[in-house]
Amino acid sequence: MAGGNKRKTPDINASSQADIAFLLLVFFLVATTMNTDKGLSRVLPPIPPEDVKVEDQKQKERNVLLVFVNGAGQLMVGDEFVDIRNLKDRAKEFIVNITDDEDMPEKEDKEIDMPDGTKWVYKRSKGVISLQTTRDTAYETYIMVQNELTRVFNEIRDEVAQSKFGSPFADLNEEERKVITTAVPQQISEAEPRKAIKK
Amino acid sequence: MAVMKKKGNKELPAISTASLPDVIFMILFFFMVSTTMRDQEVLVRYKLPEATEVQKLEKKSLVSYINIGVPVTHMQAKFGTAPRIQLNDSFKTAKDIGDFIGAEREQLNESDRAQMTVSIKADQYTKMGIITDVKQELRRANALRISYAAIESEGY
Repeated sequence: MAGGNKRKTPDINASSQADIAFLLLVFFLVATTMNTDKGLSRVLPPIPPEDVKVEDQKQKERNVLLVFVNGAGQLMVGDEFVDIRNLKDRAKEFIVNITDDEDMPEKEDKEIDMPDGTKWVYKRSKGVISLQTTRDTAYETYIMVQNELTRVFNEIRDEVAQSKFGSPFADLNEEERKVITTAVPQQISEAEPRKAIKK
Repeated sequence: MAVMKKKGNKELPAISTASLPDVIFMILFFFMVSTTMRDQEVLVRYKLPEATEVQKLEKKSLVSYINIGVPVTHMQAKFGTAPRIQLNDSFKTAKDIGDFIGAEREQLNESDRAQMTVSIKADQYTKMGIITDVKQELRRANALRISYAAIESEGY
């Protein structure tokens, strides 16, 4: 075929490209979801072996702050009614125990390995917040309380991080975070529910 | 001075649609990057509670989901309107959680098993009783890392 090469190849019609792209787009719109999973992370306590005596697990009374939520959404902290807006400050005061009060948690000297190889002795609070609910407590209320308790520990971590490394917890690298989480562990205990108290 | 031309006679030139595919591709890539594949049909209706201190779940492949809520409308004839637990693609009771966790754990690499996380997606109006049952079963199945799914809010 002489001269066949000289002829220009005709342009491919690209007007259907938009349709193809639309088709793909619609497929992805239908088959995928947007939601990124977010939530409050917790570690449940393992089931205690049956031969462990109850006394062994008992914490000293001064180390435990009882937070009790009933079915009506009322909140009891220690032995008094507390509004949920005051829960955070109340619990923080308890965990930090700035005045070394006799009724508030003990502190233990915890030796923590720093990223630069040195040791850092921190007076770690032994406080535990015990969260109890009844079976008819609303999940929403429960999450609100959990959220406030998480805030307590996040704020304390921020403060310790600020004084130790000079920046908030979120800006630390992984090793520094590990130091802070060892110094301020998230001590929220979720024990079995109480039976609803009947009168 | 100014020469008045006859108005209306001239047709507007057609708008070029040559860039339309590019625009659509751009939207397509946005969706491809920002979304994830739907992996199970949700049989319960839930509105997650709000929280401010939420954390992102790290590795999706290590997460198992437990949905708790009222069955969706077309399932209500069969399953009623009381909150139910959904595991995989069917309604189960708290007793089945042990088997479910076992099966999910089996699917993971041995090195990843300790990292397994269970995400509890429960409706905000659920009562704690059913949640507590689920938690107790998870403890029994030794799946201790959990996450209460919540929507991030700005606070109050």
